[in-house]
Amino acid sequence: MNTTTTTPAAAATGATAAAAVPKASFDWVPMALVPLLALLAWPFIGSSPTWVTLTIAGLAMGMIIFIIASGLTLVFGLMDVLNFGHGVFIALGAFVGMSVLGTMADWTASDSLWRNLAAVLPAMVVAMAVAGAVGWAFERVLVRPVYGQHLKQILITMGGMIIGEELIKVIWGPGPQPLPLPQALRGALIFGDAAVEKFRVLAVVVGAAVLIAMLYTLNRTKLGLLIRAGVQDREMVESLGYRIRRLFVGVFVAGSALAGLGGSLWGMYQQGVVPQMGAAVNVLIFIVIIIGGLGSTLGCFVGALLVGLMANYTGFLAPKVAMFSNIGLMVLVLLWRPQGLYPVTSR
Amino acid sequence: MLNRLLSHDLPRNRWLTLMLVVIVLGLALTPFLFPGTKALNVAAKVLVFIVLVASYDLLLGYTGIVSFAHTMFFGIGAYGVAIASTRIGPGWGAVLVGVAAALVVSLLLSLVIGLFSLRVKAIFFAMITLAVASAFLTLASQLSEFTGGEDGLNFKVPEALQPGTQYLEDPWLGASIDGRFVTYYLLFVAAVVLVLVMLRIVNSPFGRVLQAIRENDFRAEAIGYRTVVYRTLSNVLSALFATLAGCLLALWLRYNGPDTSLSFEIMLDILLIVVIGGMGTIYGAIVGGVLFLLAQSYLQDLMKLGASAVEGVPVVSQLVSPDRWLLWLGILFVLSVYHFPSGVVGRLRAASTTQTTRGDTR
Repeated sequence: MNTTTTTPAAAATGATAAAAVPKASFDWVPMALVPLLALLAWPFIGSSPTWVTLTIAGLAMGMIIFIIASGLTLVFGLMDVLNFGHGVFIALGAFVGMSVLGTMADWTASDSLWRNLAAVLPAMVVAMAVAGAVGWAFERVLVRPVYGQHLKQILITMGGMIIGEELIKVIWGPGPQPLPLPQALRGALIFGDAAVEKFRVLAVVVGAAVLIAMLYTLNRTKLGLLIRAGVQDREMVESLGYRIRRLFVGVFVAGSALAGLGGSLWGMYQQGVVPQMGAAVNVLIFIVIIIGGLGSTLGCFVGALLVGLMANYTGFLAPKVAMFSNIGLMVLVLLWRPQGLYPVTSR
Repeated sequence: MLNRLLSHDLPRNRWLTLMLVVIVLGLALTPFLFPGTKALNVAAKVLVFIVLVASYDLLLGYTGIVSFAHTMFFGIGAYGVAIASTRIGPGWGAVLVGVAAALVVSLLLSLVIGLFSLRVKAIFFAMITLAVASAFLTLASQLSEFTGGEDGLNFKVPEALQPGTQYLEDPWLGASIDGRFVTYYLLFVAAVVLVLVMLRIVNSPFGRVLQAIRENDFRAEAIGYRTVVYRTLSNVLSALFATLAGCLLALWLRYNGPDTSLSFEIMLDILLIVVIGGMGTIYGAIVGGVLFLLAQSYLQDLMKLGASAVEGVPVVSQLVSPDRWLLWLGILFVLSVYHFPSGVVGRLRAASTTQTTRGDTR
């Protein structure tokens, strides 16, 4: 192990136990794929301002997808539960967000950015709270009786999604509804020749905040340690006396809440909501999770950025095959690393 | 004779036998028993769905593989007939070319998907097929010059099957003997033959290996069966039967579009029918298909009555509105997965045998 060679700095702290533990070398290769993909797309697109616009749009889309998918990948990894109903929390978040924004019309119509943000923030928080609460009930009623039975999990969560979608139609009506952006978030910022939509900047900021909060929780807190350990080896964590089921419920609720947050952002991103949107986004999320490696947060992040960039580049270059490009990406990744970019070991 | 036709897989329950006899007789005599276009349409759709769901049962019920790409193969069959009939012009040649081309495309596609993804875990396969199917749906609605896009394709079937072709001047026993009548019986015969062939397949030694893989793939591998090969074969076979079901649908509707054969709702319908009817029993597809499609076609009328009864009550009227029938089916679906995991057929069979060897529907 090269990390055990004593440098002067390490010698000073050499007595501490932490330095004696060899740090696993970080795998940078998948991370490098994101800039690589962006650079590869440059010559095809030709004009640099368009490329900048598309790249930032792709990163923003990737950030939203990451917010939605991050909870699900932990659910997969931690409890080996195949939740095919995750999409319903996305749609729920979007509809709740829309309703909350609708009640604050005078705040969203104002030209002041701060008043706008003050309207968007409660919309996101309420969307998270509602999706999280429904997620708790979903786990309690539907998922709990079918632990360890994969086929039933798929069928039950699928059924849950049908029911959820229909209930959304009962509450908000079956048709698509517009979700207008607050006044100050409309339009684009112009940097030189590149136009960057304002909302996408907000999406990147929120996504980055979620990423940092998640990485901090997972890597720097005891809770995160338990979750990561649970993903790696559930029985061992249980045998140490931790109630992994309780941990899982927490992760499930947090994942649903994140899906609600992502859904409200996705609704604003698309500037409209449909009850079926959950099923459509579900496909993207699954691709992301497969690319990233089931259970891996970092893999999920890289996968989401790749999918977001790919979707925007091909949407510009060849709109008809945009959907196929993501499948192609997934196939290539799986050919290279059959377990995903950051495979969770010992599974 | 009957025993051989059914591949020694008899219904094994008096009520189930009765049900099947009623269904087969009902479907065989629909043009005479139930006059009207709607009844004939429902019966034809039942026939198509029985084949489609039985083919999915081959994969889900017998091999234990969850695939979400089944409508893709269904759609390939329907588009095969539709595109060939539009390009070549109506005629039996076009139908044959369409069916053959669709079968080849399905064969290759299912082989690729199977070989590529069946070696990975079940989760991956379910998710990969979901992604591939939705990509295919997008592709079909995008390539409008080829598939008609969202509008789909209206086409003409061979003259013998066209509704305008009258074989007898006057109705015979209450049924008008025209092209629709002939098409219906074409569908009926095809469905019967296909279901019998599938029964033959699942009751062959090959079918037993599939069941072994479903129960415990690790052990099946240890006995010496190459599970990847068997899974892939199961995937290919089920895709081919689904393609044929799609061809039948296109012949009946004389139209095909993304919503009629490719949409995700159809995939949900298939799942519902398999679970309600009973997984791992081809008969489940027959019972479930009839129950489901009758419900789909006539329950909405019933709900319309219910909705008018509670009109004015705010939430309840929304819940029983005929557009929300999928909600009730979803609840029924969840409840049946919990409480009747073996479906109608499995339940009936278990009730009639004292020493039950009920299949573990994991």
